[in-house]
Amino acid sequence: MGKDIREDIAWAQINKDVLKSLESPRKLYWVILLVAIAMVGVAVGCEIYQYNVGLGVGNFDNPNVWGLYIATFIFWIGMSHSGTLLSAILHLMHADWRKPIYRFAEAMTTFSLMTAGLFVMVHLGRLWQVYYALPYPSERWVWPNFQSPLLWDAMAIFTYLSSSVLFLYIGSIPDLAICRDNIHQGWRKKLYTLLALGWEGTDRQWRNFRVTYLTIACFLIPLAVSVHSIVASDFAMSQQPGWHITSFPPYFVAGALYSGCAAIITLFIILRYVFRFEEYMTLPILKKTVRLTFAIAMVWTYLNCVEFAATWYSHDVAAKAVLIEKATGRFAPFFWGMIFCGSVLPFVMMVKKWQTNIPVMFAVSLLLNLGMWLERWMIVAPTFSHGYYPWTWDEHMWPSMVQWGIVFGSFGWFTLLFMVFCKIVPSVSMYEVKEMVYHRSLALKKEEQAVKEELAVKGAN
Amino acid sequence: MSKRYLLALYNNFDEAEAVVRELRNADIKGFSAADDLVVKSPIEHPEVEEFLGDKPVKVQWFTLGGALTGGLLAFSLIAGSQASFYSQMKGGKPIVPIPPDLVLTYEMFILGGVYITVLGFLFCAGLPARRSPLYSAKVSEDQIGILVKADDGSVAILKDIFTKHKALEIQEEAGR
Repeated sequence: MGKDIREDIAWAQINKDVLKSLESPRKLYWVILLVAIAMVGVAVGCEIYQYNVGLGVGNFDNPNVWGLYIATFIFWIGMSHSGTLLSAILHLMHADWRKPIYRFAEAMTTFSLMTAGLFVMVHLGRLWQVYYALPYPSERWVWPNFQSPLLWDAMAIFTYLSSSVLFLYIGSIPDLAICRDNIHQGWRKKLYTLLALGWEGTDRQWRNFRVTYLTIACFLIPLAVSVHSIVASDFAMSQQPGWHITSFPPYFVAGALYSGCAAIITLFIILRYVFRFEEYMTLPILKKTVRLTFAIAMVWTYLNCVEFAATWYSHDVAAKAVLIEKATGRFAPFFWGMIFCGSVLPFVMMVKKWQTNIPVMFAVSLLLNLGMWLERWMIVAPTFSHGYYPWTWDEHMWPSMVQWGIVFGSFGWFTLLFMVFCKIVPSVSMYEVKEMVYHRSLALKKEEQAVKEELAVKGAN
Repeated sequence: MSKRYLLALYNNFDEAEAVVRELRNADIKGFSAADDLVVKSPIEHPEVEEFLGDKPVKVQWFTLGGALTGGLLAFSLIAGSQASFYSQMKGGKPIVPIPPDLVLTYEMFILGGVYITVLGFLFCAGLPARRSPLYSAKVSEDQIGILVKADDGSVAILKDIFTKHKALEIQEEAGR
């Protein structure tokens, strides 16, 4: 495997290359932005229609009260786990190859959580009733049910979102100071001056920065696990067939890390091309990310098997019927599509020459995420349409174009936020890349010195 | 005697380290290495802390305080709201059920910990801050800056030390 990054790259060059991404991306950037805006337009149109007419236009009925919105909500929450994995977990493990790519992964966390939050509102239909999920008493002094996973969910997502924003911001302060020092006019200068908080890179600032960053990273890891475990509890703590499974929390967490990693590969490839980051988002780093994704894919596959086995051998007739319905009924193409994309396709990542093949990895990462989205849909929809009572079975419900339109638009919303962010805040962490280059060049020098000494000893003998 | 600020820029950490060592060992009037010496660098560099000497970081205490306060606040709020229904029939269930309440307590423990850690960071790092009397944008690029404050009469000695260690640039400004 080649080097993650060149050791001889000058620090001033790193600043120059990354700052250039804020000024002049390739034309594809603007194309992506326009497509994203158009997609958001579709979703806004659908939401306005649904808001005015009612949730019925989404084809929701009894028993199909949860549909694509909740499935997509879980998908976006899952996507958010990538930032925590790359920033926090790999930071604690001293995996320095994460340094050029963790910033955009953190941004992904923040924006996918914001997108997920929107689905709670969209799913409510009556947006103003969101306060039922907040710890706030009604006029009769009745508090929400603090024992409900739905309330836990609201609190967990708020905690995760606000902590992720702070983590992203604190980690960006040294880079915002670089932007402040190098961009000389306009609103950007004012923005960077404000956000950099007067950072000057003093020993006192760095010392406190290091401890703070590490501390928040330590908080974020259990928080990320708890967030998706709580989302899993929305299902697992109910009595619905196919949901009441002990392995759901770890299964959800593994799925979240999996879809997050796959999204990192997709965005890695896009940013590398759009912002000309070939020097920093290198193929060896892509290879490591691909291998990590493969490992998580296998964990997810294992937990999937655990879930199926637990249902099959549990003597829960209704749960077993849902599983059979998924595999053989009208959901079968999606169920098997999920299995193919989530468990079979990752084996492409085992082929060494494909691990760094950009078109192949781009296609695979998109398909992996398609599989992970299908997974969430296959958790939500079949249980409702094939519940405990045969007279509630509804084999014909299909999400309407309104539901599909809003789900489609959410991808545009995420892309829009993400691409705007990458144009304003450096998507490659300059100071961390400098650290990476510095430490690797020191290690290289030591290695060369050791070789020279060894040769000298051999020569003397 | 009035004070002066001097900022010297260096190409690498070795040179900066040599300057700091000499400044710490030198007896310069109106200059204390512990209080009047600041090293500015473009990257976090643990060796800088080593050669500057041990300076404790107190952010963790904020973290501890924030996390405990967050957790206690959450549990009190939840338990308090549940306890206000003490007269309602619970069918044998506890009025304040501990295991489910721990979930939100845990979330608030983390929320409090993170928020107060950030506040602690800003407080301990002295942020937000005005620019110090001398600042060079080169410090955020690729050079190491050593900022010192000393009496007017010591400026020549300091400049000698900086020059001896191949300072790329020396800036000077009257103190406030």
